[in-house]
Amino acid sequence: MSVATQDTAIRTGRVTRTLIYVVLILFALFYLLPLYVMLVNSVKPLEEITGGGMMSLPDAFTIEPWKQAWASAQIGVEPTGLKPYFWNSIKMVVPAVTISTVLGALNGYVLTKWRFKGDTILFGLMLFACFIPFQIVLIPMARMLGLMGLAGSTYGLSFVHIVFGIGFTTLYFRNYYAVFPTELIRAAQIDGAGFFQIFWRILLPSSGPIAVVSVIWQFTNIWNDFLFGASFADASSQPMTVALNNLVQSSTGVKEYNVHFAGAILAAMPTLFVYIVAGRYFVRGLMAGSVKG
Amino acid sequence: MGFLDIDKATKSYGAVEVLHNVDISVEEGEFLVLVGPSGCGKSTLLNMIAGLEDITSGEIRIKDRAMNGVHPSNRNIAMVFQSYALYPNMTVGQNITFGLEMHGVPKPERQKAMQEVAKLLQIEQLLDRKPGALSGGQRQRVAMGRALVRDPDVFLFDEPLSNLDAKLRVDMRTEIKKLHQKLGTTIVYVTHDQIEALTLSTRIAVMNGGYVQQLGTPQEIYDQPANIFVATFMGSPAMNVVPAQVVMQNGRPAALVTLSDGEQAILPFSQDNLAPYEGREILLGIRPETITDPDSADRKSSNIAELINRIDVTEPAGSDTFVSMQLGGRDVISRMRSDVPVVAGQSFTFAVNMEKAVAFDPDTEMRIAP
Repeated sequence: MSVATQDTAIRTGRVTRTLIYVVLILFALFYLLPLYVMLVNSVKPLEEITGGGMMSLPDAFTIEPWKQAWASAQIGVEPTGLKPYFWNSIKMVVPAVTISTVLGALNGYVLTKWRFKGDTILFGLMLFACFIPFQIVLIPMARMLGLMGLAGSTYGLSFVHIVFGIGFTTLYFRNYYAVFPTELIRAAQIDGAGFFQIFWRILLPSSGPIAVVSVIWQFTNIWNDFLFGASFADASSQPMTVALNNLVQSSTGVKEYNVHFAGAILAAMPTLFVYIVAGRYFVRGLMAGSVKG
Repeated sequence: MGFLDIDKATKSYGAVEVLHNVDISVEEGEFLVLVGPSGCGKSTLLNMIAGLEDITSGEIRIKDRAMNGVHPSNRNIAMVFQSYALYPNMTVGQNITFGLEMHGVPKPERQKAMQEVAKLLQIEQLLDRKPGALSGGQRQRVAMGRALVRDPDVFLFDEPLSNLDAKLRVDMRTEIKKLHQKLGTTIVYVTHDQIEALTLSTRIAVMNGGYVQQLGTPQEIYDQPANIFVATFMGSPAMNVVPAQVVMQNGRPAALVTLSDGEQAILPFSQDNLAPYEGREILLGIRPETITDPDSADRKSSNIAELINRIDVTEPAGSDTFVSMQLGGRDVISRMRSDVPVVAGQSFTFAVNMEKAVAFDPDTEMRIAP
């Protein structure tokens, strides 16, 4: 066999390989079809879609639907477009992701390197948070937010997502730090570093890969959340997902499919962006060479 | 009062006591090696000195200051870990100065100290690299640099050479010894390698099962092991331990041992204090290098006993040839010059330097002579 294929475990003949590629390409097309439909229809005038040309490329190219979806579409009672809701989502997601990730890292640090009696039980209890169905906490959480004066605000939404995110982020960081060499922590202790100094100077700089995992997971979940947004936000603090729903579901006037498609892509873009930017840090072996020879 | 006093230190995990009343006093400038098999408590003891493990009872004092409850960073100690424990996100220079930075030393002084240490260890050209880009030996040096830069009262080494390959290990061993002679610092060094212990130390504490079996200079440990464990643990190949009977010959005690053909040989002791054991079984300890051919026997020894026995196996090892035979029903290894003509299966005259022989009580396994 040639050099290029030496490190593949399974060697395949030309026919098999062609077959595999054909099947894979078909699957890829199948999965990309909805995106294609969304993209082409978001740059068409409405008449082309209603005229039956759903699959065809646009005759008259226009970015008007995008402008409308962003700035002037009718959402609820105001013709504001998705813009203010986009910022609501950002205001909700950034603190929620940051705080839940940092708290998860701190929890993981304490649960692995500053162990105490009952820490495994505590960790087990925290894991429960990953399995709680959101529906059963809606009413108690609404009451809690009311008592804290956070009802109907992006702060309230952030708070809810932080609380629900801690379970997952703790799980990630605990498992990551469990294999982090304890000798490094001991060396830092002898060097005179305190609890937070060890965390900031030794542990966090080595947590790149797991922090990326945590951020991607939290960002995607929180950005895409609909239930909490619909339940706990008021008209001024609704996130993007809820606004998109209101845009698409509005029962008055003509259904502007091209605007809906553009809006849906706008709502999906931040998560795509996070994957593309952060995804490549996944593979970085930041721990290489810390211990042993 | 020593420089570092370990006073009846005991360590328990729950109901399990892993260290029992350890008493060691280390003088300033001493190189103490804690040696023993895995699980003997040597690393636990080192961690207790470092403050990484609590002391269950007893006291550890450095310069007469009780260390119980004192944070590791306030004990003025430095530690070199088995895995080196270099911070992966910092450069070599930052690794070395991290401890100084944490203790609030101003930057110019840190840089100066770092340069001095780097020069001493010849790692100046590595200061800007990350630990990941270093070889095992270089990491080892950096780990030592990080300890040296603090100028601590006591250095603690936790099996620092066990991750290096055999050749590098020997080089670094010499280097650590040189460093100790040059700086005259107090060192406590943990290893399971008895050769490391013998070469490096000024004193050795041989540990087993949470007890200090013997504390003494390398010479004492090697020549007068306190019990059978110390005798067989220290030295390579291990000391031969042979069942023998004490008999009186010309009014002096001697050991009666059985040869491989069932005949018996008499090996007279140099010590008279075995006389009360007449007629009793003992265990005779003979180091491999004290059994030779008659020509190579130690000329200064006043007590060379000869015996004729069958050679079982010969193992040439370059400079020496290891020859085994049966004594008292046990395999006994002797160490010959490589040019001695030995053939497996043939009879051979062995010369035993009985001046160096040791006797143990078979019940208590403690040394009874010399």
